[in-house]
Order: sequence, then structure tokens, then C-alpha cells
Amino acid sequence: MIWTPAAIFRLVALCLVGGIFQLTAVSQFTIFGVPADLSPLLAASVGLLAGSIAGAAFGFSLGLFMDTALLQTLGLTSLVLLIVGYYAGRLRELRDPAHGLVPVAVGAVATAVAVVGLALMQFLLGFEAPASLQFVRQVLLVIVLNSLLALPVYALVRRLLLPFLPDDPRRRRRRAYTTGGLSPLSRT
Amino acid sequence: MYDKAVRRRRAVLAVLVVLCLVLLTAYFGESSGGGLHSVQRGAMSVLTPIQEGANKALKPLRDLFGWFGDTLDAKSERDKLKGERDALRLEVAALDQRGHALYGERAWRDAAAAANLNAYEPIQARMFARSPSTFYSRIEINRGSKDGVEVNDPVVNGEGLVGKVFSVSGPSSVVMLLTDQDFGVSALDAKSSEPLSVEAAPGTPGDLLIDFVPNARAVRRGDSIVTAGTTSERLPSPFPPGILIGIVSRVDIGDGELDRRIHVKPAADLRRLDTVRVLTKPAAELRASTKTP
Repeated sequence: MIWTPAAIFRLVALCLVGGIFQLTAVSQFTIFGVPADLSPLLAASVGLLAGSIAGAAFGFSLGLFMDTALLQTLGLTSLVLLIVGYYAGRLRELRDPAHGLVPVAVGAVATAVAVVGLALMQFLLGFEAPASLQFVRQVLLVIVLNSLLALPVYALVRRLLLPFLPDDPRRRRRRAYTTGGLSPLSRT
Repeated sequence: MYDKAVRRRRAVLAVLVVLCLVLLTAYFGESSGGGLHSVQRGAMSVLTPIQEGANKALKPLRDLFGWFGDTLDAKSERDKLKGERDALRLEVAALDQRGHALYGERAWRDAAAAANLNAYEPIQARMFARSPSTFYSRIEINRGSKDGVEVNDPVVNGEGLVGKVFSVSGPSSVVMLLTDQDFGVSALDAKSSEPLSVEAAPGTPGDLLIDFVPNARAVRRGDSIVTAGTTSERLPSPFPPGILIGIVSRVDIGDGELDRRIHVKPAADLRRLDTVRVLTKPAAELRASTKTP
């Protein structure tokens, strides 16, 4: 990630718009009785595209925004989304996966971590955590729903951050294919 | 260079995690009027108009998705309600059938008591098939020769005369209804005791006709027409006396006294037959009352 004011502005805008969109629109649509949750998808997408630091910072900010907007315990969602964003970024830095369906798998895992992590945190903090078959069913449905949304969300985030990314995985893959597998030089 | 990047990454992670834990701890530690709560409320008051604006702006989108969702929900709701409706229809049909049977049973008891029909050893039978022809008004019942049913046995229900047994097999019989073109029965006007002969009105399904009445003036609209019973030793009637056939519905005046045609509406609703009784001993040495039920 090339850290410029424009890049930071875009991340902040993504955080605010994504958070508001989640709260005012996405949360109100239920499919199979559950709403989708864009927050882990956004954090994971930023992590996958921009790296662990950007992912962690974005996850933290988005979580803080959600906690503030919903008058929830401050720091709870931040911690969970921070972990999601950080490890999505680490996946990129360590493995650099280039397969087209990686965002789907990462989105599913990020959603599972976020939903289960939040429930676990609430349980540790003494809240009544939902532990039932209904909860398991809801978690699974949210994972399925988010997996379906993972690719479009990833594509949107990539489009937004593309000018600030040193190496777009898709472009790199295309170049590698057309140039016979030679590794291109990084733009940075 | 690498170490520096790693250190920076770890430092950022540590700072953010610590910040989260500090926020959590401070948030839990303070009262609802504390600093973080106040900041949260302040941020909330700033965010609320934005969220409300976004909420309004995104309403068409929500409505669009909602429309799809509602359509899917409506479809599943429709299927569920269809299932419930079908089940209720079956229930209503069963209740109707039961009610109809109970009504028929009560009507039969009244009629049997009035005309002393129990003396003719009635057996209950259920209609299971009906002739589709309008003019050949015949039904099949689930009683036959093995139940003691014989050809020409009268068939009645709680409302009145239904017909007579036309043919018999072991387990079932064919009943010729009053409205069949080949049916005929000797009758009486219950009020004036005028002897009559009732048959189906040709070309008018569901209507009975009396013509060639010697003293037609004695028969009036609304009179009850009942079976005459056996009046001749040589030509005995298979029908016991006093069974209601129908009610005079119309009297057509002709040129002469013999030209009068008397129309009779059958007392039994022949379109909705279900349970009937076959009088297996119509010639029993018992005289039924001619009083109409």
C-alpha cells in the first residue's frame, strides 16, 4: 500500500460509507432470516489488498465506528475486526494467493472469526452469549451469505484502492501468463 | 529493512490491540455518565443525521430488495396457506358430509315414525354411482340380493319416495329414481284422497307429472301427493301407502277437465342423494298411516 493522503482518505471514506451502508441498508435485509455482515468482508478485503497494517487499522476503525454508532461496548468489534484485517493482510504477505476465489474463502473465514469471536468476547465479558443450535444455524447462514457477497465486495474495494496498490494480484497474474511467467518489477 | 517493517507491523498491531483493551477496560470501568460514554453519545448525535439521511437515500434500494424478499416470502406464505386451505376444505367437506348424514338420519326417523316405515324392514344403503344421463335417472347403491333387496323394492329417504329397485346383483342394486322416464306410481292427493298416477314429466328432468285426472279440480297447488299403496289384489303396488312423493307445484289448465296437467315437485332432493333406505318387505301386512310427514 502506498500511504498517501488520498489513500488514507479513501480508506476513511470506505470505512464510513461501508459502515453506514451496513447499518442502514444491509442489516435490514434478511435472507433465510439473517442479515449479511459486510464488516468482516471489508476488513478482510482491505487486508488482502493492502496488507496487514492497513487491514488491522481499517478493521479497528470500522469496529470503532460500528460500536459507536450502535452504542455498543467500545473496543469489542474493533478487536475482532482488527484481528480479521491483520490476518487477511498476513495471508497476502506470506502466501500472496492469486487464485480468483481466494476472496470467497477469506471472506467465509473472516465472517466465521468475526461472528464466533464476537460471541466469545461477549461471553468472556459476562454477557449472555447465544449458545444454541439456532446460533450455529445463524452463523452458518451468515457465512454462506457473506461468501456470496465476498467477491463483489472485494472487487469494489480493489477498484477503490487500485491506484495505491503496488502490485495488483490479478494484473500480476495476467502479466505472468503473457510474458511466460517472468516476474514483473514492482512499481514501488 | 525487513526487520524494520516487521517491527513496525508488530508495533501497530500491539498498539491497536492495547487500544482496544484500554477502550474495553475503560468503558466497563466507568459509569454511564463517564467520558467514553459521553464521547460515544456525542459521536452518535453526529452520526444520527448522517444515518437518517442514508436511511432515506437507501430506501428505494431497501424497497427493491424488500420487494424480492417479500415476493419470496409471499410465495412460501401462499404455498403454506394453500396447504392449510386444502386441509380445511377437506375438514369442511367431512363436516358437511357428517352434517348431511345426521340431517338425513333425523329426517328419516321423523318420516319413519310418521308413516310407520320401520314395519317394512328398511335397510340403509349408500349411493356410490349415478347415471350421468339427465333422463335415465338411476343410481347404484351398495346393497344387493345378499342383503335381501329385491327388484321393485321401494327406495325412500327422510324426505320421501326416491324410487324403486330396478335390478339387483349380489352386493349392489340399481335404483330407478322418480324422475326416470320409465317410472310410474299410483298416488293419492293427501288432502282430497283423489287417486292419481304420477310419472316423470317428459323432457323436463326433475319434474313429475299427473294427467288424466278425473276430478282435477280437487287437486290444488301445494297439496301433498303420497303413494296410494296396494289398491288392487290383481295388480298390487310395490309401494306401501302414505309415503310422500312430492308437492303440487303447478296446475296447467287445459280445454277440458281431463286436459289438466298437474306438476309435482319431488319431495326428495334427488340431486343430492347420499343415504337411502330400501324397504325390503313392502307387502307386509301393515297399513301405514296416510298422514304425510
